[in-house]
Amino acid sequence: MPSNVQRMAPLALSAYTLVTANGRGVVPVLEALRTRRSGLTSCDFEDVALKTHIGRVAGLEDFVLDHELQPFDCRNNRLAWLGLQQDGFPVAVAEAKQRYGAHRIGVIMGTSTSGILETEHAYRERDPQTGRLPGWYTTRYRYTHNMFSLGHFVRTCLGLQGPAMVVSTACSSSAKVFATAARFMQTGLCDAVIVGGVDSLCHTTMYGFSALQLLSADPCRPCDEDRDGLSLGEAAGYALLESGDRRGGRETVALLGYGESTDGYHMSHPHPEGAGAVRAIHDSLARAGIRPEAVEYVNLHGTATKANDSVEDKAVFSVFGARPACSSTKGWTGHTLGAAGITEAIISALCLVHGFIPGTLNCRRVDPSLNSRILRENQVGSLSCIVSNIFGFGGNNCSLVLGKL
Amino acid sequence: MQLGAGETVMRVSIYGIGLLASGLEGWGASREILAGHKPYQHGVVPDPEAIILPPNERRRSSDGVRWAVQVAQEAINQSGLDPRDVPTVFASSGGEMGVFDQLCRVLASEDRRVSPTLFHQSVHNTAAGYWGIATSGQQSSTALSCYDDSFAAGWLEASALVCSEQRPVLLVAYDMVVPSPLDEARPIAEGFAVAIILGPPSDASMATVQTSLEEAAGDDSLCRSERKLEQLRQDNPAARSLSLLCAIAEAVPKTVKLAVLDSQHIMLTIESCRLSTEMN
Repeated sequence: MPSNVQRMAPLALSAYTLVTANGRGVVPVLEALRTRRSGLTSCDFEDVALKTHIGRVAGLEDFVLDHELQPFDCRNNRLAWLGLQQDGFPVAVAEAKQRYGAHRIGVIMGTSTSGILETEHAYRERDPQTGRLPGWYTTRYRYTHNMFSLGHFVRTCLGLQGPAMVVSTACSSSAKVFATAARFMQTGLCDAVIVGGVDSLCHTTMYGFSALQLLSADPCRPCDEDRDGLSLGEAAGYALLESGDRRGGRETVALLGYGESTDGYHMSHPHPEGAGAVRAIHDSLARAGIRPEAVEYVNLHGTATKANDSVEDKAVFSVFGARPACSSTKGWTGHTLGAAGITEAIISALCLVHGFIPGTLNCRRVDPSLNSRILRENQVGSLSCIVSNIFGFGGNNCSLVLGKL
Repeated sequence: MQLGAGETVMRVSIYGIGLLASGLEGWGASREILAGHKPYQHGVVPDPEAIILPPNERRRSSDGVRWAVQVAQEAINQSGLDPRDVPTVFASSGGEMGVFDQLCRVLASEDRRVSPTLFHQSVHNTAAGYWGIATSGQQSSTALSCYDDSFAAGWLEASALVCSEQRPVLLVAYDMVVPSPLDEARPIAEGFAVAIILGPPSDASMATVQTSLEEAAGDDSLCRSERKLEQLRQDNPAARSLSLLCAIAEAVPKTVKLAVLDSQHIMLTIESCRLSTEMN
C-alpha cells in the first residue's frame, strides 16, 4: 500500500510552556539541561513501597483547585493548572482568541492515566459493609479520572469553545496530539489548536511497570550498557499551534512533520526490528519534505529499558545511519508517559532556540551494541532540524520533525 | 479543503458498518429495526466471537476488546478492504472501566502486586492495540475520549484523516457496562459498539455524508417512537451514533445533529444512500 503522505504546511509553535521535575516553566527546565541536573530522586510518592527513582513535580500537594475549578481537583489537573500558569501561556492564548474567536481554537490533549489516582484513593475508602465508593469521588469522576477530564479542564481554564478531545495512546499520546491538530487545521475545523499533555504519578503505573519488571532501582540510564529499566516522572506541557504563514518570523520554532504508525506486534514489547518506528520516522520526514541528512539531532524515546533502547537504535540507525547526534532526556525528567511527547517536543524547541544538544544524562558507557551516534555530553551549536521519537504500549509510535520557519 | 470560519465541510463516504448492542446484533440484522420497519426488542447479547483474535489474546481480552474487535471485523468485511491498509480511530468515553475496577481493588489491598497483563490492558488504546495485533496492521491508530461526545469527536478525527490523506479509515466507538462499584460514578448499564469504514467520496459506497462543524449546542434525539432505542442512545456515549445509523438505515437524504461539547455540534447530511440488496 503506497503511503499517502504529502508535504504539510509548517505550524508555528507561537507559545509553549513546560513543567517537569526540573522546575516550573522553560527557564528552569533549560537551566537543568545545561547544568546537567537531574530531576530524579528516590521514590517518596505517597505510600509506594518500591525501590525506584521518580521525577516528581514539587508542590502539587500544597494547593487545591478552588471555586469553579473545585470539581476538577486532583493531582493530574493540579499539574495541568500549574503548567497553564507558566511562560505567559494564558496571555498568548487570550491574544489568539482575539484573532480567531474562541470557537475556532481547538484543545487536543494527551494523557495516559488521567486522574486515576482519585479512583485508587476512592477504592481504599470503600464502605466496608456495602462496598460503595465515597460520595466525594462519585460526583467528581467525570472531572477527575474520566479520560476527557484533562481536555475539559484545559478548555474551561482557557475559556475556549472549539472542538476538544483527549488522545490516549499510552506513551505516544501527547506526540500524536500534534498530528490530530495538524489535520484539524488542514481541514479547516480550527484556525489554531492548543496541544499538550499532562500525566502524573499514580499507583497504577508505578506498580504496573514494576510488575512488568521495567522499573530501575536507580535513576534511569538511557543507552548505557548496564541500563536496567526506566524511572517514572510527571509533567505538563502545552503549545499554541498556528499557521506558519500567518504567524511567526523566520526564527519561530515550527512543527514541520509528523509520522504515526503501529507495530501490530505486541501490547508491551516493541517490534524486534522496529518496523513500526521506521515507518513513523519516514512519514515524519516525508511530511516535512526533508531527507534524513537534514536532521542534526534525534531526541530518542530512550526509556532506558533494554528492549526499547536497542530496538529504537536499530530503527534510527536504519534511517539516519550514524550521522546525527542522538540522545535521550529521560535522565532529567523520568518517563512522563502520556506527557512524554509534549515534554520532548518542547525540549527540542529549546534546543533549536538556544543552539545546544543535551547529552544523555546518566549514560556512563554507551552500550557498544548500539550503532547510532549516542551523545553523552552536551554539545553547543546552532540547530535547524530535530526529530523527536515517542513509542508506546500497544505498539503505538509517533515521530515529530521540529525546525524553524 | 481550507474554508472560512463556520464553513468547514468534510465529505466522506461509508463503506461498511459493524454494530453490536442489545437487540442490535450486527448491522445486517439491525438495519430493518433502525429503519423503523421492524420493532426494536431488547435482548441479552451473547459474548462476541471476535474470531480474528488469536485464541491466546481472546482468552485474556476484556469485553470491550471483544466487542470493539467484533464490530471492526464486521465493518471491514463489508468494505472488502485489507485491514492492514486501514488506519484506525477508537473512541471511548471511559475505556477499560472493568480493568480499572480490578486494578484498583488490587492496589487498595495489602499486597499490591498487579498482574502485568492487567496493567497493559488498562490503557485507553487496548482495543486498538489488540485489533492491530490481530490484523498485523502497522497503520496509524488513535484512541480518544470526549466524555459523552466521544463518537462525535471520533467522527471528526476519522473524517479529518480521510480528507487530509484521501484514504479509508476505520472508526470504532464503544463503551461497555460499568461494573459495581464504579457504576455509581459512571452509570452505563448497556454495552454498545459501532464500527464505520469512512473513505473518500465515491458512488460505490453505502452512503456519502457531508460534515459541518457549527456553533451552538445541539443534539438530535431519535424522532421515531422507539423509546427504548432513544433510551439506549442517551445511556451509552457510543450509542449517540444511533441518530446517524438510523438515518443511513432509512436510506433517504437527511440531516442529523450531534453535540460536540456545550458550544458546538456537527451537522451530518446524508447526501446519497445506496443500500442495495447485498447490503441488506
